[in-house]
Formats: sequence, C-alpha cells, structure tokens
Amino acid sequence: MNPYVAGIGLGLVLLLAYLISGRGLGASGALMRTVVQAEKVVSQEHVDNNFYLSKYGGDGQNPWHNWLVWEALGVLVGGLISGASAGRLHLELHRGPRITARQRLLYAMLGGALFGFGARLARGCTSGVALSGGATLAAGSWITMLCIFAGAYGLAWFVRKLWI
Amino acid sequence: MFPLVDTLGFAELTDFVIAFVLGVGFGFFLEQAGFGNADKLAMQFYFRDMAVFKVMFAAIVTTMTGLIVFSSLGLLDLDLIYINPTYLWSGVVGGLIMGFGFIIGGYCPGTALVGVMTARIDAVFSVLGGMLGMFVFAELVPLKPIMTFFNLETEGFSGRLTLWEWLGVKPGVVGFFVMLIAVAGFVAAEWAERKFNPKLQEV
Repeated sequence: MNPYVAGIGLGLVLLLAYLISGRGLGASGALMRTVVQAEKVVSQEHVDNNFYLSKYGGDGQNPWHNWLVWEALGVLVGGLISGASAGRLHLELHRGPRITARQRLLYAMLGGALFGFGARLARGCTSGVALSGGATLAAGSWITMLCIFAGAYGLAWFVRKLWI
Repeated sequence: MFPLVDTLGFAELTDFVIAFVLGVGFGFFLEQAGFGNADKLAMQFYFRDMAVFKVMFAAIVTTMTGLIVFSSLGLLDLDLIYINPTYLWSGVVGGLIMGFGFIIGGYCPGTALVGVMTARIDAVFSVLGGMLGMFVFAELVPLKPIMTFFNLETEGFSGRLTLWEWLGVKPGVVGFFVMLIAVAGFVAAEWAERKFNPKLQEV
C-alpha cells in the first residue's frame, strides 16, 4: 500500500481510538504485561515486592486484564489478515547481504532487548509514545520521538554492515 | 460528546472488544505499509526507503487534525483524553536507547508483532529480546539511582503537558507548524529516496 495511504488509514484508526476510548494505541505495554504474567507464575511474592511489577500484577491483579492487551491481540490478528490477503505469509528472514542468518537473529534479539528496555524507561515505544503521544502533541512524546530518530540515525553508520 | 467512553460509560467487556477491533485496524495498516519487514524499516536510517517517516507523519497529521477539528467544534473534550506524561530525561535516554535498538534489531515492538504473524523469524527473536529487555528494566528499576532517574521531573516541563500549553498558544497553531514540518519532510523524503536508493537510480 502507498505509504501515505497507509499512514492516513493508521491515523484514522488512532483518531477513532481517542474519540471512542479516549486513549491511543500501543504495543510495548502488552509485552510488559506478558513479562509480569510470567514472573507471577514463578513468584507472586517477588512481583508484590517490586513497585514496578506490582503496579501491573500485584496480588489478585491479572496483568492481561487490560485495554492495551486486547488492543495488542487485535494487532496480531490485523497483521495476520493483511499478510494473508497480500500473500505475504511465508517463512522469511530479512537481513543485510553481509551477515549470516545466525548473526541476524542474534542482532534482532539484542536490538529488541535494547528497544524493550528503552521503551520502559521512556514509558512507551514508537506506538504508544511517538505515534499516539505525537498525535496528541504531548511535549515529552515529541522529545522521545526525536531521540528515537536521533539514536537510530546516529548509530546507523556504525552498524551499516548489518544492513547494506 | 467525545470521547464516547466518558459520555456513554461502556461496560468493561465492551471497552475491551473496542480495543481489539481498533488493534485489528492498527495491525492491518502496519502490515499494509510493509512494516512486517525489518530490512524495509532499517532502510529509513540509510535514507533509502523513507516509509517509516511517511507513514508515521501521515498518521500523526491525520489524527492531530481530527482531534483539533473535533475539539474546536466542541465535540471532543481534550481534557478527557490521555496525554502521555512528560518526564524529560528518562524520555531522552529511553528514546536514544530505543533508537539504538531499532537500528541494531530492525524492528520496534509493534512492527515486530506484525512480523511474527507473517512468519518473520527475526521478528520472533525481536519480540523475545524485547521481553528480555523489559524484564531487565523491571528488575533494575527498584534500585535507588535508576528509580530516581526514572521518576525525575524537570521544573516547568513535566506531567501532563502538551506542546501548545508549553508554548502558550492555541492547539491549531502548533498543528499548523506540524503540518508544515510534515509536508517539508515528505518532499525531502521523496528527494532522499531518489538520491540514495540504488534501485530507484537504475530506473
């Protein structure tokens, strides 16, 4: 799909989210809640003793009982519908021409871990902060969005072997 | 009138079903934009494929314009919608770390979820890595220096703060400038792709 058309479509969905539910879209929140769910299985006491974890899954609280989690489930289904309708559902590994598949998976995991850590520190990721916060003109969200782009552009030349 | 959740007071299940349906739309357009592909996303940062910027700013301008129009018509109470709280320094450092993660891993969390559903193996590793990073953060954040930094507030620039409140102007003024920046960015993006994408140069 033309990127401008996809962007406008995305923007209309986000606008509906604000008009109906009074809130924006997200992605990392649901992953955080899944981490808390897993930690609850291991030790509820540990979750209760950590102020950050207990906010999501303190005693008697189900971290998955949340708007963002249902929204993220929808993202999975929406991605599947789009991918299936476009014939894009086949096992693939995208990587630059100069690295091996194994290296690519390692870097995907490392990059994901950094992103996950940064998203919690900044209270949201590209969806919840940069896109949703950006659209509501939240001051801090614009700062974080600029820093995401600055960080990626700043490091891009040094890691170019990964992609080009 | 809007947001409906405040005027109609949905039952929780209704709210969750709405969340799910909105999520389907979000995931659909992310995948349609081609964002289930890390290689495409990473090319943004080598100026070869500017779709990340185009999609993001087309979306931001669309939503922002809608919010400003609905609010100026008196149909939407902006005080009732969620505005991401501002914490300057944790937002700066978190943003930079996310940027590093983006160019090393090729995905952000939302695009990785879409990638997982279209069978991208690297996306699966990205999501697993993301949860690992979140686990590490959650285990470290109770430590005093990290907790202090995470909750650090900057005088005059914290809490529920929008750009127009900060600048002391009407929302439409900031909206107009965001539109100008977006349009200038779109023009620059089209130029950059023609200049830096080797595939487009062969044509």
